[in-house]
Amino acid sequence: MDEATIRTWMTETASSIRAERDHLVQLDAAIGDGDHGINMTRGFEAVVLAFSTEDGGSPGQLMTLAGKTLISAVGGASGPLWGSALRRAGRTLGDKPTFEAEQLVVAMEAALAAVQDLGQAKPGDKTMVDALAPAVGALREGVAAGQPLQSAVQAARSAAEEGMRATVPMQARKGRASYLGERSIGHQDPGATSAVLILKALERTLAAGG
Amino acid sequence: MATVVQRMRKFLNDPEQVVKESLVGLAAAHGDLLRYDAENQVVIRKDAPRQGKVALISGGGSGHEPLHGGFVGAGMLDAACPGEVFTSPVPGQMLAATKAVDGGAGVIHIVKNYTGDVMNFKLAAEDAAEEGIQVESVLIDDDVAVQDSLYTAGRRGVGATVLAEKVAGAAAERGDALAAVAALARRVNDRSRSFGVALSSCTPPAAGKPIFDLPEGEMEVGIGIHGEPGRRRSALGSAHEVAATMVEAVVSDLRPAAGARVLVFVNGMGGTPLLELYLLYGEIDRQLREASLEPVRNLVGSYITSLEMAGASLTLLELDDELTELWDAPVRTPALRW
Repeated sequence: MDEATIRTWMTETASSIRAERDHLVQLDAAIGDGDHGINMTRGFEAVVLAFSTEDGGSPGQLMTLAGKTLISAVGGASGPLWGSALRRAGRTLGDKPTFEAEQLVVAMEAALAAVQDLGQAKPGDKTMVDALAPAVGALREGVAAGQPLQSAVQAARSAAEEGMRATVPMQARKGRASYLGERSIGHQDPGATSAVLILKALERTLAAGG
Repeated sequence: MATVVQRMRKFLNDPEQVVKESLVGLAAAHGDLLRYDAENQVVIRKDAPRQGKVALISGGGSGHEPLHGGFVGAGMLDAACPGEVFTSPVPGQMLAATKAVDGGAGVIHIVKNYTGDVMNFKLAAEDAAEEGIQVESVLIDDDVAVQDSLYTAGRRGVGATVLAEKVAGAAAERGDALAAVAALARRVNDRSRSFGVALSSCTPPAAGKPIFDLPEGEMEVGIGIHGEPGRRRSALGSAHEVAATMVEAVVSDLRPAAGARVLVFVNGMGGTPLLELYLLYGEIDRQLREASLEPVRNLVGSYITSLEMAGASLTLLELDDELTELWDAPVRTPALRW
Protein backbone atom coordinates (compact mmCIF):
# COMPACT_ATOMS: atom_id res chain seq x y z
CA MET A 1 0.00 0.00 0.00
CA ASP A 2 1.20 3.50 -0.80
CA GLU A 3 0.15 7.08 -1.40
CA ALA A 4 -2.35 6.01 -4.07
CA THR A 5 -4.08 3.69 -1.58
CA ILE A 6 -4.82 6.59 0.77
CA ARG A 7 -5.94 8.84 -2.09
CA THR A 8 -8.31 6.23 -3.47
CA TRP A 9 -9.59 5.31 -0.01
CA MET A 10 -10.50 8.90 0.82
CA THR A 11 -12.02 9.54 -2.61
CA GLU A 12 -14.09 6.35 -2.30
CA THR A 13 -15.16 7.44 1.18
CA ALA A 14 -16.24 10.86 -0.05
CA SER A 15 -18.36 9.41 -2.83
CA SER A 16 -20.08 6.76 -0.70
CA ILE A 17 -20.81 9.26 2.08
CA ARG A 18 -22.23 11.65 -0.49
CA ALA A 19 -24.39 8.83 -1.88
CA GLU A 20 -25.58 7.92 1.63
CA ARG A 21 -25.95 11.54 2.75
CA ASP A 22 -29.73 11.49 3.07
CA HIS A 23 -29.74 8.12 4.79
CA LEU A 24 -27.28 9.41 7.39
CA VAL A 25 -29.38 12.53 7.84
CA GLN A 26 -32.45 10.35 8.36
CA LEU A 27 -30.72 8.17 10.96
CA ASP A 28 -29.47 11.26 12.78
CA ALA A 29 -32.83 13.03 12.68
CA ALA A 30 -34.37 10.11 14.57
CA ILE A 31 -32.05 10.39 17.57
CA GLY A 32 -29.95 13.49 17.02
CA ASP A 33 -30.32 16.68 15.08
CA GLY A 34 -30.15 15.47 11.50
CA ASP A 35 -26.87 16.97 10.38
CA HIS A 36 -24.54 13.95 10.32
CA GLY A 37 -24.78 13.26 6.59
CA ILE A 38 -24.39 16.94 5.76
CA ASN A 39 -21.33 17.37 7.97
CA MET A 40 -19.60 14.19 6.85
CA THR A 41 -20.19 15.05 3.19
CA ARG A 42 -18.76 18.53 3.68
CA GLY A 43 -15.77 17.06 5.51
CA PHE A 44 -14.74 14.39 3.05
CA GLU A 45 -15.32 16.69 0.08
CA ALA A 46 -12.88 19.06 1.78
CA VAL A 47 -10.40 16.16 2.13
CA VAL A 48 -10.62 15.37 -1.59
CA LEU A 49 -10.10 19.04 -2.36
CA ALA A 50 -7.09 19.23 -0.02
CA PHE A 51 -5.59 16.15 -1.70
CA SER A 52 -6.05 17.67 -5.15
CA THR A 53 -3.70 20.54 -4.28
CA GLU A 54 -1.19 18.30 -2.49
CA ASP A 55 1.31 16.71 -4.89
CA GLY A 56 2.90 13.54 -3.61
CA GLY A 57 3.18 13.09 0.13
CA SER A 58 3.69 9.87 2.03
CA PRO A 59 0.65 7.77 3.05
CA GLY A 60 1.17 9.00 6.61
CA GLN A 61 1.33 12.64 5.57
CA LEU A 62 -1.82 12.32 3.48
CA MET A 63 -3.70 10.61 6.28
CA THR A 64 -2.62 13.35 8.70
CA LEU A 65 -3.70 15.98 6.19
CA ALA A 66 -7.09 14.26 5.90
CA GLY A 67 -7.47 14.36 9.68
CA LYS A 68 -6.51 18.02 9.96
CA THR A 69 -8.87 18.89 7.15
CA LEU A 70 -11.78 17.15 8.87
CA ILE A 71 -11.03 18.98 12.13
CA SER A 72 -11.01 22.33 10.37
CA ALA A 73 -13.96 21.73 8.04
CA VAL A 74 -16.61 19.74 9.87
CA GLY A 75 -17.39 20.92 13.39
CA GLY A 76 -19.92 19.03 15.43
CA ALA A 77 -18.68 15.85 17.10
CA SER A 78 -17.84 13.90 13.97
CA GLY A 79 -15.23 16.46 12.84
CA PRO A 80 -12.97 16.25 15.88
CA LEU A 81 -13.57 12.50 16.26
CA TRP A 82 -12.81 11.38 12.70
CA GLY A 83 -10.24 14.15 12.36
CA SER A 84 -8.30 13.07 15.45
CA ALA A 85 -8.64 9.43 14.36
CA LEU A 86 -7.09 9.97 10.93
CA ARG A 87 -4.51 12.42 12.23
CA ARG A 88 -3.24 9.98 14.83
CA ALA A 89 -3.37 7.06 12.38
CA GLY A 90 -1.37 9.12 9.90
CA ARG A 91 1.30 9.90 12.47
CA THR A 92 1.87 6.18 13.12
CA LEU A 93 2.53 5.69 9.40
CA GLY A 94 5.23 8.35 9.41
CA ASP A 95 7.07 9.44 6.26
CA LYS A 96 7.68 6.05 4.67
CA PRO A 97 6.49 5.76 1.04
CA THR A 98 4.74 2.41 1.58
CA PHE A 99 3.19 0.44 4.42
CA GLU A 100 2.23 -3.16 5.12
CA ALA A 101 -0.69 -4.88 6.79
CA GLU A 102 0.94 -4.76 10.24
CA GLN A 103 1.27 -0.96 9.99
CA LEU A 104 -2.36 -0.69 8.94
CA VAL A 105 -3.30 -2.53 12.14
CA VAL A 106 -1.22 -0.12 14.23
CA ALA A 107 -2.77 2.85 12.42
CA MET A 108 -6.32 1.58 12.95
CA GLU A 109 -5.60 0.92 16.62
CA ALA A 110 -4.32 4.48 16.96
CA ALA A 111 -7.45 5.79 15.25
CA LEU A 112 -9.69 3.94 17.70
CA ALA A 113 -7.63 5.14 20.67
CA ALA A 114 -7.93 8.76 19.45
CA VAL A 115 -11.70 8.46 19.19
CA GLN A 116 -11.99 6.97 22.66
CA ASP A 117 -9.59 9.49 24.24
CA LEU A 118 -11.54 12.44 22.91
CA GLY A 119 -15.07 11.06 23.15
CA GLN A 120 -14.70 8.77 26.17
CA ALA A 121 -17.12 6.27 24.61
CA LYS A 122 -16.95 2.57 25.38
CA PRO A 123 -18.42 -0.31 23.40
CA GLY A 124 -22.14 -0.47 24.15
CA ASP A 125 -22.63 3.30 24.38
CA LYS A 126 -24.27 3.37 20.91
CA THR A 127 -21.58 5.30 19.06
CA MET A 128 -19.09 4.86 16.21
CA VAL A 129 -16.96 2.88 18.67
CA ASP A 130 -19.45 0.01 18.43
CA ALA A 131 -18.51 -0.43 14.77
CA LEU A 132 -14.89 0.65 14.94
CA ALA A 133 -13.75 -1.44 17.94
CA PRO A 134 -14.82 -4.85 16.56
CA ALA A 135 -13.45 -3.88 13.14
CA VAL A 136 -10.03 -3.09 14.57
CA GLY A 137 -10.15 -6.36 16.55
CA ALA A 138 -11.02 -8.41 13.47
CA LEU A 139 -8.32 -6.73 11.40
CA ARG A 140 -5.71 -7.36 14.08
CA GLU A 141 -6.65 -11.04 14.38
CA GLY A 142 -6.82 -11.58 10.64
CA VAL A 143 -3.41 -10.06 10.04
CA ALA A 144 -1.89 -11.90 13.03
CA ALA A 145 -3.27 -15.18 11.66
CA GLY A 146 -1.49 -14.50 8.39
CA GLN A 147 -4.65 -13.93 6.33
CA PRO A 148 -4.22 -12.03 3.07
CA LEU A 149 -4.86 -8.34 3.76
CA GLN A 150 -7.96 -8.23 1.59
CA SER A 151 -9.72 -10.93 3.58
CA ALA A 152 -8.64 -9.39 6.88
CA VAL A 153 -10.16 -6.06 5.79
CA GLN A 154 -13.26 -7.89 4.62
CA ALA A 155 -13.57 -9.45 8.07
CA ALA A 156 -13.08 -6.03 9.65
CA ARG A 157 -15.84 -4.54 7.50
CA SER A 158 -18.14 -7.41 8.36
CA ALA A 159 -17.43 -7.02 12.10
CA ALA A 160 -18.16 -3.30 11.77
CA GLU A 161 -21.49 -4.03 10.10
CA GLU A 162 -22.41 -6.43 12.83
CA GLY A 163 -21.45 -3.82 15.42
CA MET A 164 -23.49 -1.21 13.57
CA ARG A 165 -26.59 -3.42 13.59
CA ALA A 166 -26.03 -4.14 17.27
CA THR A 167 -26.46 -0.42 18.04
CA VAL A 168 -30.17 -0.63 17.15
CA PRO A 169 -31.41 -2.06 20.49
CA MET A 170 -28.91 -0.06 22.56
CA GLN A 171 -29.78 2.95 24.70
CA ALA A 172 -27.37 5.78 23.89
CA ARG A 173 -25.04 6.87 26.66
CA LYS A 174 -22.92 9.34 24.72
CA GLY A 175 -23.57 12.18 22.33
CA ARG A 176 -26.81 13.89 21.54
CA ALA A 177 -28.81 10.67 21.31
CA SER A 178 -28.22 10.10 25.02
CA TYR A 179 -30.57 12.99 25.82
CA LEU A 180 -33.43 10.86 24.53
CA GLY A 181 -32.95 8.21 27.18
CA GLU A 182 -35.00 5.13 26.32
CA ARG A 183 -36.34 6.78 23.20
CA SER A 184 -32.95 6.22 21.57
CA ILE A 185 -33.64 2.46 21.59
CA GLY A 186 -34.66 0.97 18.25
CA HIS A 187 -32.59 3.29 16.07
CA GLN A 188 -29.30 2.57 14.33
CA ASP A 189 -26.46 4.87 15.32
CA PRO A 190 -25.46 7.23 12.47
CA GLY A 191 -21.80 7.41 13.60
CA ALA A 192 -21.49 3.60 13.52
CA THR A 193 -23.08 3.70 10.08
CA SER A 194 -20.53 6.10 8.66
CA ALA A 195 -17.74 4.02 10.22
CA VAL A 196 -18.98 1.10 8.11
CA LEU A 197 -18.98 3.28 4.99
CA ILE A 198 -15.34 4.23 5.60
CA LEU A 199 -14.35 0.57 6.01
CA LYS A 200 -16.29 -0.43 2.91
CA ALA A 201 -14.38 2.22 1.01
CA LEU A 202 -11.11 0.67 2.20
CA GLU A 203 -12.31 -2.77 1.13
CA ARG A 204 -13.18 -1.51 -2.36
CA THR A 205 -9.85 0.31 -2.58
CA LEU A 206 -7.90 -2.89 -1.87
CA ALA A 207 -10.11 -4.99 -4.15
CA ALA A 208 -9.34 -2.57 -6.97
CA GLY A 209 -5.67 -3.20 -6.37
CA GLY A 210 -5.05 0.16 -4.68
CA MET B 1 -33.18 24.75 -5.44
CA ALA B 2 -36.01 27.23 -5.89
CA THR B 3 -38.64 24.63 -5.09
CA VAL B 4 -36.79 23.56 -1.97
CA VAL B 5 -36.64 27.13 -0.76
CA GLN B 6 -40.30 27.64 -1.50
CA ARG B 7 -41.34 24.48 0.30
CA MET B 8 -39.45 25.53 3.40
CA ARG B 9 -41.14 28.96 3.74
CA LYS B 10 -37.81 30.51 4.63
CA PHE B 11 -36.05 33.61 3.33
CA LEU B 12 -33.07 32.03 1.64
CA ASN B 13 -30.86 32.43 -1.36
CA ASP B 14 -28.85 29.25 -0.98
CA PRO B 15 -29.45 26.95 2.01
CA GLU B 16 -25.71 26.22 2.21
CA GLN B 17 -24.92 29.94 2.61
CA VAL B 18 -27.54 30.80 5.21
CA VAL B 19 -25.12 31.32 8.11
CA LYS B 20 -22.61 33.44 6.21
CA GLU B 21 -25.29 35.61 4.62
CA SER B 22 -26.98 36.15 7.96
CA LEU B 23 -23.69 37.21 9.58
CA VAL B 24 -23.15 39.74 6.79
CA GLY B 25 -26.56 41.16 7.68
CA LEU B 26 -25.80 41.20 11.40
CA ALA B 27 -22.66 43.24 10.77
CA ALA B 28 -24.48 45.57 8.38
CA ALA B 29 -27.14 46.23 11.00
CA HIS B 30 -24.82 46.66 13.98
CA GLY B 31 -21.60 48.05 12.59
CA ASP B 32 -21.38 50.39 15.57
CA LEU B 33 -20.99 47.42 17.94
CA LEU B 34 -19.25 44.64 16.05
CA ARG B 35 -17.56 43.50 12.89
CA TYR B 36 -17.69 40.25 10.96
CA ASP B 37 -14.45 38.51 10.02
CA ALA B 38 -15.76 36.50 7.07
CA GLU B 39 -12.54 34.62 6.46
CA ASN B 40 -12.55 33.06 9.92
CA GLN B 41 -16.34 33.23 10.36
CA VAL B 42 -16.22 35.06 13.67
CA VAL B 43 -18.12 38.06 15.00
CA ILE B 44 -15.87 40.44 16.94
CA ARG B 45 -16.61 43.37 19.20
CA LYS B 46 -15.71 46.50 17.28
CA ASP B 47 -13.17 47.86 19.77
CA ALA B 48 -11.45 44.50 20.46
CA PRO B 49 -8.88 43.74 21.68
CA ARG B 50 -9.16 45.85 24.80
CA GLN B 51 -5.82 45.96 26.59
CA GLY B 52 -5.92 44.63 30.13
CA LYS B 53 -9.53 43.42 29.97
CA VAL B 54 -10.38 39.75 30.29
CA ALA B 55 -12.00 38.74 27.00
CA LEU B 56 -15.02 36.48 26.69
CA ILE B 57 -15.83 34.37 23.69
CA SER B 58 -18.50 31.82 23.05
CA GLY B 59 -19.74 29.88 20.11
CA GLY B 60 -21.85 27.04 18.97
CA GLY B 61 -24.05 25.95 16.15
CA SER B 62 -26.14 28.59 14.41
CA GLY B 63 -29.93 28.54 14.55
CA HIS B 64 -30.07 29.83 18.14
CA GLU B 65 -30.09 33.54 17.26
CA PRO B 66 -29.63 35.98 18.85
CA LEU B 67 -27.21 33.64 20.70
CA HIS B 68 -24.23 34.14 20.35
CA GLY B 69 -23.51 36.85 17.77
CA GLY B 70 -26.32 39.04 19.09
CA PHE B 71 -24.58 39.21 22.47
CA VAL B 72 -21.31 40.64 21.17
CA GLY B 73 -20.71 44.15 22.47
CA ALA B 74 -19.89 46.20 25.54
CA GLY B 75 -20.63 44.39 28.79
CA MET B 76 -21.06 40.94 27.26
CA LEU B 77 -19.10 38.92 24.66
CA ASP B 78 -15.94 40.05 22.89
CA ALA B 79 -16.42 37.52 20.10
CA ALA B 80 -18.73 34.77 18.91
CA CYS B 81 -17.95 31.77 16.70
CA PRO B 82 -21.02 30.63 14.78
CA GLY B 83 -20.94 27.12 13.36
CA GLU B 84 -23.19 25.74 10.67
CA VAL B 85 -26.84 25.35 11.73
CA PHE B 86 -26.92 23.16 14.86
CA THR B 87 -23.29 22.17 14.32
CA SER B 88 -20.43 23.19 16.56
CA PRO B 89 -17.92 25.60 15.04
CA VAL B 90 -14.41 24.33 14.32
CA PRO B 91 -11.26 24.91 16.41
CA GLY B 92 -9.83 27.28 13.80
CA GLN B 93 -12.70 29.73 14.34
CA MET B 94 -12.27 29.64 18.09
CA LEU B 95 -8.52 30.14 17.83
CA ALA B 96 -8.98 33.10 15.47
CA ALA B 97 -11.53 34.65 17.86
CA THR B 98 -9.30 34.05 20.88
CA LYS B 99 -6.36 35.75 19.19
CA ALA B 100 -8.47 38.65 17.95
CA VAL B 101 -9.82 39.57 21.40
CA ASP B 102 -6.91 38.73 23.73
CA GLY B 103 -5.90 41.93 25.50
CA GLY B 104 -3.24 40.26 27.58
CA ALA B 105 -5.50 39.42 30.53
CA GLY B 106 -6.62 36.03 29.26
CA VAL B 107 -9.64 34.72 27.42
CA ILE B 108 -12.65 32.85 28.73
CA HIS B 109 -14.37 30.27 26.55
CA ILE B 110 -18.02 29.83 27.46
CA VAL B 111 -18.91 26.36 26.25
CA LYS B 112 -22.36 24.82 26.20
CA ASN B 113 -22.23 21.18 27.21
CA TYR B 114 -22.71 19.39 23.90
CA THR B 115 -20.34 16.69 22.74
CA GLY B 116 -19.27 18.59 19.62
CA ASP B 117 -18.87 21.98 21.29
CA VAL B 118 -16.82 20.49 24.11
CA MET B 119 -14.46 18.63 21.74
CA ASN B 120 -13.90 21.53 19.35
CA PHE B 121 -13.34 24.05 22.17
CA LYS B 122 -10.93 21.58 23.81
CA LEU B 123 -8.83 21.37 20.64
CA ALA B 124 -8.96 25.18 20.30
CA ALA B 125 -7.88 25.76 23.92
CA GLU B 126 -4.89 23.45 23.35
CA ASP B 127 -3.94 25.43 20.24
CA ALA B 128 -4.32 28.76 22.08
CA ALA B 129 -2.16 27.55 24.95
CA GLU B 130 0.53 26.61 22.43
CA GLU B 131 0.43 30.21 21.22
CA GLY B 132 0.88 31.48 24.77
CA ILE B 133 -2.66 32.74 25.38
CA GLN B 134 -4.18 31.99 28.76
CA VAL B 135 -7.56 30.38 28.27
CA GLU B 136 -10.06 29.30 30.86
CA SER B 137 -13.09 27.25 29.79
CA VAL B 138 -16.42 27.44 31.56
CA LEU B 139 -18.93 24.68 30.85
CA ILE B 140 -22.63 25.52 30.96
CA ASP B 141 -24.95 22.61 31.80
CA ASP B 142 -28.23 23.79 33.28
CA ASP B 143 -30.88 21.64 31.58
CA VAL B 144 -32.63 19.48 34.16
CA ALA B 145 -34.42 17.44 31.49
CA VAL B 146 -31.26 15.38 31.10
CA GLN B 147 -31.07 13.60 34.36
CA ASP B 148 -28.39 11.07 34.95
CA SER B 149 -25.04 12.15 33.63
CA LEU B 150 -23.61 8.66 34.18
CA TYR B 151 -25.77 7.42 31.35
CA THR B 152 -25.84 10.50 29.15
CA ALA B 153 -23.48 13.10 27.74
CA GLY B 154 -24.50 15.16 30.78
CA ARG B 155 -26.86 18.07 31.11
CA ARG B 156 -27.15 20.36 28.13
CA GLY B 157 -26.24 24.02 28.22
CA VAL B 158 -29.33 26.11 27.48
CA GLY B 159 -30.79 29.30 29.02
CA ALA B 160 -28.09 29.80 31.65
CA THR B 161 -25.69 30.50 28.78
CA VAL B 162 -27.31 33.90 28.19
CA LEU B 163 -27.23 34.74 31.90
CA ALA B 164 -23.61 33.62 32.33
CA GLU B 165 -22.51 35.65 29.30
CA LYS B 166 -24.22 38.76 30.70
CA VAL B 167 -22.89 38.42 34.24
CA ALA B 168 -19.35 37.40 33.27
CA GLY B 169 -19.28 40.13 30.60
CA ALA B 170 -20.13 42.74 33.23
CA ALA B 171 -17.46 41.37 35.56
CA ALA B 172 -14.84 41.55 32.81
CA GLU B 173 -15.94 45.08 31.98
CA ARG B 174 -15.44 46.25 35.58
CA GLY B 175 -11.89 44.87 35.51
CA ASP B 176 -12.11 41.50 37.28
CA ALA B 177 -9.22 39.10 36.67
CA LEU B 178 -9.48 35.92 34.60
CA ALA B 179 -10.08 33.53 37.50
CA ALA B 180 -12.67 35.82 39.08
CA VAL B 181 -14.65 36.23 35.84
CA ALA B 182 -14.60 32.47 35.28
CA ALA B 183 -15.74 31.86 38.85
CA LEU B 184 -18.70 34.20 38.35
CA ALA B 185 -19.72 32.45 35.14
CA ARG B 186 -19.55 29.12 36.98
CA ARG B 187 -21.55 30.55 39.87
CA VAL B 188 -24.32 31.54 37.45
CA ASN B 189 -24.29 28.03 36.00
CA ASP B 190 -24.31 26.38 39.45
CA ARG B 191 -27.26 28.48 40.59
CA SER B 192 -29.32 28.10 37.38
CA ARG B 193 -31.64 25.39 36.13
CA SER B 194 -33.68 25.20 32.93
CA PHE B 195 -36.46 23.16 31.38
CA GLY B 196 -38.06 23.45 27.93
CA VAL B 197 -41.06 22.24 25.98
CA ALA B 198 -41.75 22.28 22.24
CA LEU B 199 -45.05 22.67 20.42
CA SER B 200 -43.56 22.14 16.96
CA SER B 201 -40.38 20.91 15.33
CA CYS B 202 -38.14 23.06 13.16
CA THR B 203 -36.52 22.77 9.73
CA PRO B 204 -32.75 23.17 9.34
CA PRO B 205 -32.28 24.91 5.96
CA ALA B 206 -29.74 22.38 4.62
CA ALA B 207 -31.91 19.39 5.59
CA GLY B 208 -35.04 20.91 4.08
CA LYS B 209 -37.57 19.15 6.26
CA PRO B 210 -38.69 19.20 9.89
CA ILE B 211 -36.62 17.14 12.33
CA PHE B 212 -39.71 15.44 13.74
CA ASP B 213 -43.47 15.50 13.34
CA LEU B 214 -45.56 16.68 16.23
CA PRO B 215 -49.31 16.36 15.86
CA GLU B 216 -51.46 19.25 17.02
CA GLY B 217 -52.46 18.99 20.63
CA GLU B 218 -49.25 17.30 21.69
CA MET B 219 -45.99 18.64 23.07
CA GLU B 220 -42.43 17.43 23.44
CA VAL B 221 -41.38 17.72 27.06
CA GLY B 222 -37.76 18.24 28.09
CA ILE B 223 -36.29 19.51 24.84
CA GLY B 224 -32.91 21.10 24.16
CA ILE B 225 -32.21 23.76 21.55
CA HIS B 226 -31.46 21.66 18.48
CA GLY B 227 -34.92 20.72 17.35
CA GLU B 228 -34.37 17.32 18.85
CA PRO B 229 -37.25 15.41 20.38
CA GLY B 230 -37.58 15.67 24.14
CA ARG B 231 -37.54 13.09 26.89
CA ARG B 232 -41.20 12.28 26.36
CA ARG B 233 -44.28 13.36 24.48
CA SER B 234 -47.51 14.29 26.19
CA ALA B 235 -50.83 16.01 25.58
CA LEU B 236 -50.58 19.79 25.42
CA GLY B 237 -52.33 21.12 28.52
CA SER B 238 -53.29 24.68 29.43
CA ALA B 239 -50.57 27.33 29.90
CA HIS B 240 -51.20 27.00 33.62
CA GLU B 241 -50.39 23.30 33.49
CA VAL B 242 -47.35 23.75 31.25
CA ALA B 243 -46.02 26.44 33.60
CA ALA B 244 -46.54 24.10 36.55
CA THR B 245 -44.54 21.35 34.80
CA MET B 246 -41.67 23.76 34.12
CA VAL B 247 -41.66 25.31 37.58
CA GLU B 248 -41.77 21.93 39.29
CA ALA B 249 -38.91 20.54 37.17
CA VAL B 250 -36.68 23.54 37.77
CA VAL B 251 -37.43 24.28 41.42
CA SER B 252 -37.23 20.66 42.57
CA ASP B 253 -33.74 20.41 41.11
CA LEU B 254 -32.42 23.85 42.07
CA ARG B 255 -33.83 23.69 45.62
CA PRO B 256 -33.50 27.42 46.27
CA ALA B 257 -33.66 28.70 49.85
CA ALA B 258 -37.13 29.72 51.01
CA GLY B 259 -37.68 33.36 50.16
CA ALA B 260 -34.79 33.34 47.68
CA ARG B 261 -34.63 36.15 45.16
CA VAL B 262 -34.60 34.76 41.66
CA LEU B 263 -34.12 35.88 38.10
CA VAL B 264 -36.84 34.37 35.90
CA PHE B 265 -35.92 33.89 32.26
CA VAL B 266 -38.85 32.87 30.08
CA ASN B 267 -37.37 32.13 26.69
CA GLY B 268 -39.13 31.59 23.37
CA MET B 269 -37.80 28.88 21.06
CA GLY B 270 -38.22 31.06 17.96
CA GLY B 271 -41.80 30.45 16.85
CA THR B 272 -43.76 31.48 19.92
CA PRO B 273 -45.01 35.08 20.07
CA LEU B 274 -44.43 37.44 23.01
CA LEU B 275 -48.18 37.41 23.59
CA GLU B 276 -47.87 33.82 24.76
CA LEU B 277 -44.49 34.25 26.46
CA TYR B 278 -45.86 37.00 28.72
CA LEU B 279 -48.93 34.90 29.45
CA LEU B 280 -46.57 32.11 30.47
CA TYR B 281 -44.46 34.53 32.50
CA GLY B 282 -47.53 35.63 34.44
CA GLU B 283 -48.33 32.03 35.32
CA ILE B 284 -44.75 31.26 36.28
CA ASP B 285 -44.32 34.43 38.34
CA ARG B 286 -47.45 33.63 40.33
CA GLN B 287 -46.52 29.99 40.87
CA LEU B 288 -43.01 30.92 42.02
CA ARG B 289 -44.44 33.36 44.57
CA GLU B 290 -46.77 30.62 45.79
CA ALA B 291 -43.65 28.50 46.27
CA SER B 292 -42.31 31.37 48.43
CA LEU B 293 -39.70 32.53 45.94
CA GLU B 294 -39.28 36.16 44.98
CA PRO B 295 -38.85 36.99 41.29
CA VAL B 296 -36.85 40.25 41.40
CA ARG B 297 -35.41 40.26 37.89
CA ASN B 298 -36.68 38.76 34.65
CA LEU B 299 -35.96 38.36 31.00
CA VAL B 300 -38.83 37.54 28.66
CA GLY B 301 -38.30 36.98 24.95
CA SER B 302 -36.60 34.77 22.38
CA TYR B 303 -32.88 34.82 23.21
CA ILE B 304 -31.71 31.22 22.76
CA THR B 305 -33.78 29.66 20.04
CA SER B 306 -34.17 26.58 17.93
CA LEU B 307 -34.84 28.12 14.51
CA GLU B 308 -38.62 28.55 14.13
CA MET B 309 -39.61 25.98 16.75
CA ALA B 310 -42.70 26.87 18.75
CA GLY B 311 -42.10 26.37 22.43
CA ALA B 312 -40.54 27.90 25.49
CA SER B 313 -38.04 27.26 28.23
CA LEU B 314 -37.83 28.45 31.80
CA THR B 315 -34.48 29.26 33.40
CA LEU B 316 -34.33 30.14 37.07
CA LEU B 317 -31.23 31.78 38.57
CA GLU B 318 -30.96 32.11 42.34
CA LEU B 319 -29.49 35.58 42.71
CA ASP B 320 -27.20 37.10 45.31
CA ASP B 321 -26.19 40.74 45.66
CA GLU B 322 -23.18 40.51 43.39
CA LEU B 323 -24.99 38.61 40.63
CA THR B 324 -27.84 41.13 40.79
CA GLU B 325 -25.44 44.05 40.51
CA LEU B 326 -23.68 42.46 37.52
CA TRP B 327 -27.01 41.67 35.86
CA ASP B 328 -28.02 45.32 36.25
CA ALA B 329 -24.73 46.66 34.88
CA PRO B 330 -24.95 48.40 31.50
CA VAL B 331 -24.86 46.22 28.39
CA ARG B 332 -24.83 47.26 24.75
CA THR B 333 -25.24 44.43 22.25
CA PRO B 334 -27.60 43.87 19.31
CA ALA B 335 -29.97 41.73 21.38
CA LEU B 336 -29.57 42.95 24.95
CA ARG B 337 -29.04 46.54 26.00
CA TRP B 338 -29.77 48.69 29.03
